[in-house]
Amino acid sequence: MDMVLNNIEKLIEKYNNAETTLTEEAQLKAYFLSDDVAPHLEHYKPMFQYFLESKKEQYTKDVPLNSKKTKLYQWISVAAVAVLMLGLVVPTFIGPSEQEKREALMAYNQTMEALSLVSIGMNEGKQQLNSLVLVSNNFNHGIEEAGKLSEFTKTTNRIFKNK
Amino acid sequence: MKQADFVNIVMPFKDKVFRLAKRLLVSREEAEDATQEILLKLWKNNKKIEDYKNVEAFSMTMTKNFCLDRLKSKQAQNLKIVHSNYTDGNTSLQKQVEAKDSVDWVSKIMEDLPEQQKIIVQLRDIEEYDFAEIAKMLDMNETAIRVNLSRARKTIREKLTNTHGYGIK
Repeated sequence: MDMVLNNIEKLIEKYNNAETTLTEEAQLKAYFLSDDVAPHLEHYKPMFQYFLESKKEQYTKDVPLNSKKTKLYQWISVAAVAVLMLGLVVPTFIGPSEQEKREALMAYNQTMEALSLVSIGMNEGKQQLNSLVLVSNNFNHGIEEAGKLSEFTKTTNRIFKNK
Repeated sequence: MKQADFVNIVMPFKDKVFRLAKRLLVSREEAEDATQEILLKLWKNNKKIEDYKNVEAFSMTMTKNFCLDRLKSKQAQNLKIVHSNYTDGNTSLQKQVEAKDSVDWVSKIMEDLPEQQKIIVQLRDIEEYDFAEIAKMLDMNETAIRVNLSRARKTIREKLTNTHGYGIK
């Protein structure tokens, strides 16, 4: 036991002068992590414990290799939103042409016809129709928007391809 | 190089990169961000990686430089890195009391070491690299490394001896 202690005392001296080899440092670590450390050397214990604990810390996040792709994807989303906004904003400034108005009206009438067919036999049908009339007030803008939406669909398809 | 190959290369030492980053930046979040950026930089250079003999040593050098730069720019902006256990550079008695136990106390002592010494203690006493490897990583000669390491170890010992003498455990 004394021989061991003697050896450890010499090693710790060398250790403090940064003259120990990795093997000798492993010996020191083993000694100070054991349960029978001499009282006058006990203050070294937390240091070696700390070294051991520190080595257990791990990087737990993913290895991030896809950032470029993600960035491109984000930009496409931004572009898609911009196109959608244009589709909503532009028609309110320009407004539909006479031809479009006529077509919209025709589509509206056809829809109403179909809906009235559906509503036959339905007690709640009438009420729903009232709200549909409200919806139809904005229908004139619908055709222009539909044109923009086809553009949006193209972009959406591109997004899916990118995915 | 495929992503899978790259991940296989960095897997064995990504924790070492993270721990060195945390040693310097202290905050876990900052260290995670730094590790992410370093791995991404490595991936962008993955064609060159195949030419490096020692990717691990190269990565540790990169980590050291990256974190020191980050610390410098924070200082230049007069910002302090925010982390839960920020210390003002004085190892006061109060801090000794605050430290949950003597092992925590060692981590506080480490925080107060000069950066160069922190890095060397991290690489030698925690990661257990040999002196030749550390010399390569830090572009220093082995003697200079030993001098710094000895200073750091003696500082830690002194502070621990004092603590022990006061009976604070």
